[in-house]
Amino acid sequence: MNENPFSLWVFLSQSPLLWLTVTLLTYAVADAVSLVTGRHPLANPVLHSIWIIGAFLLLTGTSYTTYFAGAQFVHFLLGPAIVALAVPLYENRKVVVAAILPMLAALVVGSATAIFSVMLLAEAAGLPRVVVLSLAPKSVTAGVAMGISESLHADPSLAAVAVVITGIMGAIIVTPLMNRLGITDFRARGFAVGIAAHGIGTARAFQVDAVAGVFASIAMSLNALLTSFLVPLAATLLLR
Amino acid sequence: MIASFSLILLCQLAGEVIVRGLSLPMPGPVVGLLLLLVLLLARDRFKALARGPLHNDGVENVSRGLLENLSLLFIPAGVGVVQKLELIAAHGIAVLAVLAISVVLTLLATAATFVLASRLLTRGRTGP
Repeated sequence: MNENPFSLWVFLSQSPLLWLTVTLLTYAVADAVSLVTGRHPLANPVLHSIWIIGAFLLLTGTSYTTYFAGAQFVHFLLGPAIVALAVPLYENRKVVVAAILPMLAALVVGSATAIFSVMLLAEAAGLPRVVVLSLAPKSVTAGVAMGISESLHADPSLAAVAVVITGIMGAIIVTPLMNRLGITDFRARGFAVGIAAHGIGTARAFQVDAVAGVFASIAMSLNALLTSFLVPLAATLLLR
Repeated sequence: MIASFSLILLCQLAGEVIVRGLSLPMPGPVVGLLLLLVLLLARDRFKALARGPLHNDGVENVSRGLLENLSLLFIPAGVGVVQKLELIAAHGIAVLAVLAISVVLTLLATAATFVLASRLLTRGRTGP
């Protein structure tokens, strides 16, 4: 232990080990707090993990690239997790097939509302064109949104941030909003949060109700498909 | 567990190959989801498939484990917000307000359409 503590920090802060540990540990604590509060919407584990880790990076002067070298192992699992959604879909196939028509109607209306509302509002707020285009795919899961914004020559990393902020907002607001409106159909509640708030909303739906989770995951996968078509269309319609 | 995780990766890999090979405008993992779903349905029909990861809830348990921690997987992308502090200083409040209003509108429109459509359908079935 006679090594200079500063050089130890230099070693650790550059190693993926530290940042992977920080990511998992922060989430474990934030998730435990969320469980203690009975899954209160404002105790959202994603929200609190992000600001805690973000503040830690800023305080220690660590670049996002260095952080991501460790965190990429977690990020990678986003793809396999989408494949894994086949399992709840398979287990609830009867409920799903019975609701196929309401789902398709809600998909088209919801997906179009998500894209057109954000683009029109962003234009009205006078945001720069590149920001408007980067916000457009904000309701689909991160990998897909980054692909869409890339193909529109917008800013993929801004799109990813907009995706996560949207997901957190949807996950926080869905339960109080639906309770206030008296919507008790967990299929509708789950489907709505899956369309509006992709995987973070789906994670929230699984916390509340298994059926809501299944409908959220279907909504999220279908919306990923439809949004890939609708955003380029909306961009040509609205921004000419 | 390793075999089950490999099967999930294999579905994703096949999905990426199909999407890129045919230049389809959809994400590879979504095609992987469809492939795994077809495999699970085929297993119920053909007993010969019910082995390895498709046997004794193998792939089911690994998938549940992944989905239980779905929120964790968004944290690395979300921390990317530290790269956007200038933009947030310039347009932060407008961006947050736009996103918040859009999320509420989307939730309302989707849930209302779902509830109305399922009511219309059940009325159509039970009506005269």
